[in-house]
Parts: sequence; C-alpha cells; structure tokens
Amino acid sequence: MKNLVTLFCGALFGLGLVVSGMTDTLKVQGFLDFFGVWDATLVFVMGGAIIPMFIAWRIAALREKSVLGGLIPLTPKTELDRPLIIGAILFGAGWGLSGFCPGPAFASSSFGGVGSLTFLAAMLAGMVIAPPIIRAAKAAP
Amino acid sequence: MDYTSWAYGLLGGLMIGTAAAIFLLVNGRIMGASGIAGGLIDGSGRSTWVERVLFIVGLVGAPALLGLVYKLPATNATSNIGLLVVAGLLVGVGTRLGSGCTSGHGVCGISRLSVRSILATFVYIGAGAAIIVIARGLGVLS
Repeated sequence: MKNLVTLFCGALFGLGLVVSGMTDTLKVQGFLDFFGVWDATLVFVMGGAIIPMFIAWRIAALREKSVLGGLIPLTPKTELDRPLIIGAILFGAGWGLSGFCPGPAFASSSFGGVGSLTFLAAMLAGMVIAPPIIRAAKAAP
Repeated sequence: MDYTSWAYGLLGGLMIGTAAAIFLLVNGRIMGASGIAGGLIDGSGRSTWVERVLFIVGLVGAPALLGLVYKLPATNATSNIGLLVVAGLLVGVGTRLGSGCTSGHGVCGISRLSVRSILATFVYIGAGAAIIVIARGLGVLS
C-alpha cells in the first residue's frame, strides 16, 4: 500500500509540474528575470503548492504517526549554517542558467529531448561528487 | 498579463502540493526531489531505496504516459550542451550541500515555516536572478 501511495505521489507531482508549466525552462527563467519581462507563473505554482502543504503540516502536528504508520518527520533543524547558504547559491546559479531544477528535470526526461537528459545526467553526476564537497564545507573553519 | 499561464500554474501547484501532503500524511515522508534522488545516489537512503525508486518512476512515468496521448509543452531548454552540464553539476552539488531544492525547501519547508527553508529559498532565487543578469552580460544567455 505504501509503495502504491509513493508511486501515486510521484505521478501526481510529475503531472503537476507539467500542468503548471514548470517544465518550460523559459517560464522559470522568466520568473528569475526580475529586470526583464517578469513571468509571475512560478509564484502561482509555489503558492498553489504551499496551500495544501500548509494544511497538511497543521494536521501532522496533531498526530505522531502517518496513516500508514510511519513517523511524521521531526521538527526541522533551525541552524543557519554555511552549507545551507553555499548550497542554495550553487543551486540557484544552476537553476538560473538552465531553468531546470530537480523535479522538472525528471518530469521532462521523457519528452525534453537531449536538453533534459543532458541536464539530468549532469545533475546526477553532481550528486555523485557532492559528499566530499559537503564534508569539506562542514570541516572548513 | 498571462492569466492562462497563471491559472495553469495555480492548478499544477495545487497538484504538487496535494502530492506532497499525501506523501507526508499517509507515508510520513517529505517530498523533496533532490533528497529522494540524492539518497539513492550517495547511498544515504539505502534503507528506503524502493520508495525512492518508485517515486521517481511515477515522476518520470506519468508525464511519459500523458505524452503518448497529448502533445506536452516544449521545455525550451538551451541547446548549449556545455551550459546544461555546468548548470546540472551546480544543481546536483548545490541541492545536496544545501539539503533541498524547490520542492523540499520551497514547498515542504516554507509551508512548515522552517527558517532554514525560507532563507534557502530567498538565497537560491536571489542567486538565480543574479546569474541571469551576469550570464546575459557575458553573452551566455540571450
């Protein structure tokens, strides 16, 4: 049952990304282009996505376990550390240069041709080489 | 004003948020694309690999199936392969180092009012906006 729900959530996420227009890199770059012809679509996508999740977190706060028994994830970390900031800068740079972030890269892999597949392969390669970089960022004074 | 684009954005956003809400309330998991994929790749999510693979199968498969019956919108990605490789590497390393991406920090984190996620989202949007100005100045982006 849990596996079926997971498959369904992945599918709904993928369809939502396509319907919302977030697999169109020009819409994403258009949102980031504050000094050009600004495209507000991403604001509506993020707003639309945050509404059900905001309610879900309220419900989650009232219970210890999820419907299928897994524990509800603990309260988030609060430490604003260097890996968070550096990581967000690197991610944002790649996101702006390409208009792709991880979800849409996967969602568009079947129809996005060479562009999507190249980005996806490079992103996965980035995740392969990330662990030593993360260790170095955490160890640096 | 592109009202159609906004309406589809809102509808798709509600679908994304509903998927994340079900994943949280039914399975007790956080729906972050980079975390789900990254855990498979660096081995940190070995104990939950079936769930991670199935999520990605749904994420890739559902648009693929839809594409069989419906012409999906173009990604309009750059044809500059080198740029895509650099961008992909930055996103791969950055999301793992920063513990999240647009779905994990932007949707799941902001909605629980996580200070880390709100800060990360401001930083990656700011970095994205800055790089577009810089890349355009250098003639890398049109």
